This record gives sequence, structure tokens and C-alpha cells, in this order.
Amino acid sequence: MNRDQYLTMYAQMYRIRVFEEHVNELYTSGKMPGLAHLYIGEEAVAVGVCQALRPDDYITSTHRGHGHCLAKGASADRMFAELLGKAPGYCSGKGGSMHIADQERGNLGANAIVAGSTGIAAGAAFAAKRARSDRVAVCFFGEGGLGQGILYEVMNMAALWTLPVIFVCENNLYNEYTPYAETTAGDLLARPRAFGIVAEETDGQDVRAVHAAAGRAVARARRGEGPAFLLCQTYRFLGHHVGDVNRGYYRTKDEEQRWRAERDPLQILMTWLIAERIATSEECARVGEQVRAEVAAGLQFALAAAYPDPSEVDTHVYA
Amino acid sequence: MTSDPASTVVATREITFGQAVREALAEEMRRDPTVFIIGEDVAEAGTPFKVLSGLVEEFGPARVIDSPISEAGITGLAVGAAMAGMRPVVDIMFGDFITLAMDQIANQAAKVHYMSGGKLKVPMVVRTTLGATRRSAAQHSQSLQAWVSHVPGLKVALPSTPFDAKGLWKTAIRDDNPVVIFEDKLMYPLKGPVPEGEYAIPFVTIVATSSMVQVALRAAEMLSPLGISAEVVDPRTTVPLDARALVDSARKTSRVMVMDEGYERYGVTAELAAVIAEGAFHYLDAPVKRLGAMHVPVPFSPVLEDLTVPTPERVVEVAKTLCGKR
Ligand SMILES: Cc1ncc(C[n+]2csc(CCOP(=O)(O)OP(=O)(O)O)c2C)c(N)n1
Repeated sequence: MNRDQYLTMYAQMYRIRVFEEHVNELYTSGKMPGLAHLYIGEEAVAVGVCQALRPDDYITSTHRGHGHCLAKGASADRMFAELLGKAPGYCSGKGGSMHIADQERGNLGANAIVAGSTGIAAGAAFAAKRARSDRVAVCFFGEGGLGQGILYEVMNMAALWTLPVIFVCENNLYNEYTPYAETTAGDLLARPRAFGIVAEETDGQDVRAVHAAAGRAVARARRGEGPAFLLCQTYRFLGHHVGDVNRGYYRTKDEEQRWRAERDPLQILMTWLIAERIATSEECARVGEQVRAEVAAGLQFALAAAYPDPSEVDTHVYA
Repeated sequence: MTSDPASTVVATREITFGQAVREALAEEMRRDPTVFIIGEDVAEAGTPFKVLSGLVEEFGPARVIDSPISEAGITGLAVGAAMAGMRPVVDIMFGDFITLAMDQIANQAAKVHYMSGGKLKVPMVVRTTLGATRRSAAQHSQSLQAWVSHVPGLKVALPSTPFDAKGLWKTAIRDDNPVVIFEDKLMYPLKGPVPEGEYAIPFVTIVATSSMVQVALRAAEMLSPLGISAEVVDPRTTVPLDARALVDSARKTSRVMVMDEGYERYGVTAELAAVIAEGAFHYLDAPVKRLGAMHVPVPFSPVLEDLTVPTPERVVEVAKTLCGKR
């Protein structure tokens, strides 16, 4: 890894952070329709994984998908436009926050069904393998997805047929408003391992650790050695969705503050870059400013953009 | 013009419904290497009804894939493979079991194209069964076609003859949308005429007025064994004109012929064709064809007079041209 790559990772994480801050603001000021599940706090997972991918690799994403989409290379302007239901949005305003897709960069879409895209990711991996390409597919899902049966059906087939798919479980400790320990029995890694899937746990707040683990999984998959499972321990700093403000009944303020103060993925990378004399704090700040300006311009673009023409309502029902 | 147009096209022979399904799959798999079948006991077993037997011998286990008993998983895998450029056929052994795959069918396959603003496509077929009276009781006998027909984004086919089964199957596999095909388990041994070789079922709209409606209906009967399914639309009044009905049908079938016994030139057919072109231009696979009276004074001699007005045979010829069947 060289200096540029580290700074790219920093910029990508920063981009997600700022994007989500704007989304929070848009939503609370009543400018954004629908729901918004923010990725703040979990940036290192999407960025660490996607930096280990090529543009032509596939990903599938979740209801908390803005970070995955940006990390895979989408631009903020068209993403904001999609979130606002505007015509230049990635899905022409027809998908919205929970369904954003960007097929040019291999993003087969966010999914509002928990674990709903596990089969899709495996299917894309299946097609890649059949086409004798070395593309891989990454399936992002929250630890809540561990409760869905389809995940086990799909892991079984992925192992059976050595599919180049990487299951990335983002364990942010809560299934919505319920601590995962109350819903999830046993050792999480034992589940993929039962299928013979290589499984590894990693610090989801440390983008370098995620990137290294993802790199190993991706390299194996490209070599034709089959699926892998990455358990990324992470934390969402804000509510399950923007409206989830009073969280005292399921987690303490103290816990939230500790994660923010000690486990912020942006801080962790920046501190390391400075300590290793790879970049100065001024350089990091400059990256931050550039990203801020770009994302703010993206938001202006989206706010000014047109809504879809009413005639669009019944197009694309069928291909 | 022969009274049996079927015999003028291609040779037909009698095969069973099950054979028709298998033939369609085999032909499509030969034609297109991205087509594959995945399901429980589809390979060596050829499904419990033996409909697919022989396919694994020709295409190998990589294209006729025995899956785990995982309806949701295989349907999801097919959705992803379809999004990534393949044309999967998912075999769900009994219609009753689509319940287990319903999220993947209704929330994933059906929605992807729309939700992505038209950027992603899911060209896949779900093959399953319907029907009771096999004494299989409540969990192996349901006819759940209404469930999927209710969901925008899905196409649903219910073949009733070997001819339809083969044609609909080939049409479904080539369709860029998710299609669910229900086969009645009791129909597999049913025999019927099926043309040798290539055909898919195209559709055509015939708009006709007055006595031409009878001509059109007769033509539709003659077209059916040729593998062309015709929808006859009678506007009933030219003023006011139910333009919506004409345009809707045109958008559905993509091929339209307009008939009226008046002169074609500057005639009712011209107006109707214009209305359809305006409302459905982007949906049409071919220019709208007109069929009216010849531009001559009506002659007395019966041999001549009969040439000047549309006949079912001429309608059949025009419909075949529209559907690219010469
Ligand atoms: C099949 C299904 N059941 C329930 C829900 C409602 N729901 C939305 S998000 C969520 C919790 C998901 O938790 P997790 O998978 O850990 O992801 P996180 O929100 O923590 O990122 C639930 C239950 C859903 N979207 N889909």
C-alpha cells in the first residue's frame, strides 16, 4: 500500500461521512422523503472491502447502503438525486435510498429485504465463474441477516460450487433496536465454517485491517478457491434510521460516546497516517475540505435537479 | 389458398406436453449457452415427472444442475445470474413450493428492472406446476397462478396444449423479464400437434370493423395452429373512437393490422393506423399494416369482385408477414 492508496481510503471514508451528514440534515429538515439508514461509524467496512475490489467486481448491498454505493465508486451528485427522487438519480428516482443501484460499477443494488440479496450475490458470482472471468461478488449484510434462512441455503451452494462470493457481515451489534446477542445463538464464525467456508473476524473500525482481510478473501476467490466470510465488528454511531433519536431503551449514551471517542474509523486511520509520517494532519484536512466541497456541490446539483416526468411512472415495469 | 394453412408452413407431428417442454428447453439450450436449469432432482432424475429427462445427458451437470432443497436460495441465485447476463430456468418442483421462494420472485425478480430505473434486467423463467386431482392433498395440489399474476413486473404463462407449451417456453426463455410458467401436472401425457423445428409464439392485434370482425375472427382461428396468437379488437364506433383500446392492444402485442371494408386510401384504416402509430409507436416491432378494399370500382364478375375485399386468407398472409413468418 502506498501513500496515495491510504489517502484514497481516507477520502472515501470522509466522503461517506459527509454524505451521510447531509442526508441527516436533509431528512430532519423535511427535504428528503422516505427513510434513511445512515452508515456513519461503519465507513471502514465498505471502504476497506471495496478498495480490494476492481470496478468490474460485483457488490450487493442493504437498506444501509449509501456507504457501499459510494465506496464502489458512485458519485455523490447522482446519489443525492436518487435519494430525493429526482430524474438524474442512479435509478431515475424509482429506487430511492434503500434500492440504489449502479450497475456500471458492479453495484447490483441495495436491498430492503434483510438478507434479500444473498442469492443475487451468489448468482452474480455463479455467472462470473461460468463466463470464466475472475470477477468476484461481495455480499454486504448486517448481522441481522444471520437470522434469515436464505443465507444458509446460499452459503451451502457457494461452498458446494466454489463460487467467488465473499459474505461480508457487518456486525454493528444491533438488529434494529435489539442487541444481536439476544437474537443470535452460538459462535457466529462457526456458521460459515460449518459449510467449509473460510471465515475470519476483523476489526471493522480499522480500514487497514478490513482491507487486508478482504484482500485475502478476494485473492482466494479470484484464484478459484471459492467463497469466504468476513465478520467485521463495527458500530453505527447514530440511530437505526434518522428518526431513531431516543435510543436509551436499547443502548446507553455512554456506550455511544465511547465508540465515537475511541473507535472512529476516520480518526483511527488519520492517527496512524500521522504517526507513521505517511501524511500530515494538514494534508488530511485538505483531503477533507476537497471532499466536503465536492459533496456539497453534489447536493446542490440534486436539489436543483428535476423530478421525473409523470410519464415515467409506468415505464420499466417490464424490460 | 389451402383451407389448412398449418400444412403449408412446416411439418407437424404429435408429441406429448412433457416432450414439448423438454424440446423447447433443449432447443433453447443449444441455441444460447447462457441458458441453464437449476432445481431439485432435475438432472439424472429429470424431475419427479420425468419431463426433463435426457437433458443432463446432452448438456451436462454444469447446465442442468441438481440443487439443494433450497427454493429461496436457488431462485435468488437465478436472479443474480440473470442480472449478470445469464438466462436461468429455475425448476420449483410443485407450485405449492413457490411460497418458499416468494420473496425472491415478488420482491427481487419482479422489482429489479423498475427499481433500477430500467438499468438492470432479470431474464429468467420459473417453472412450476399447478392442479389438483392427483390425490396429493393440500400441500401438493394448489393452483397459485393468481399470486404471481398480481405482481407487476412478472409475466405468467399457462400453456394448455403441447403446441402452446413449446411455443410459450421458447418465448419465455427469450423474454428479458422474469416469467413464471405453470404446467398442470395432469397434462404431461397429453398429446397434440407441434411443428417440427423452430417457432416461438408471437402475438398480433387485428383491429376490424363491421363484417370484417367476422373475417378477423376466422383468420385468428387459422393463425392459431401456425403459432400466431391474434387478438381481435372491434372499436364498435369510429366516432367517437376508443383510441385507448386500440393503443393498449398494440402496446401489448407490438404488431398490428387494421381492417375495414372501405377503401384503404384516405380511409378508416388510415385513420386507425395513424391513431395506433401515435399512441404506440415505440412499442411496435413492425409498421402497422392495413387491409381494406382495393382502390377500384367494385366489379360485377364474382371472380373479380372477391379479389377486392379482405378475406381470412389474406389476413393470415399479412399476419404471417407481420410476425416474420413467410
Ligand atoms: C425480511 C425483513 N424482515 C424485517 C425487516 C425490517 N428491518 C429492517 S432493517 C432491520 C434490522 C436489520 O439489522 P441488520 O441486518 O443487523 O442491519 P443493520 O440495520 O444493523 O445495518 C429489520 C428487522 C426487513 N427489512 N426485512
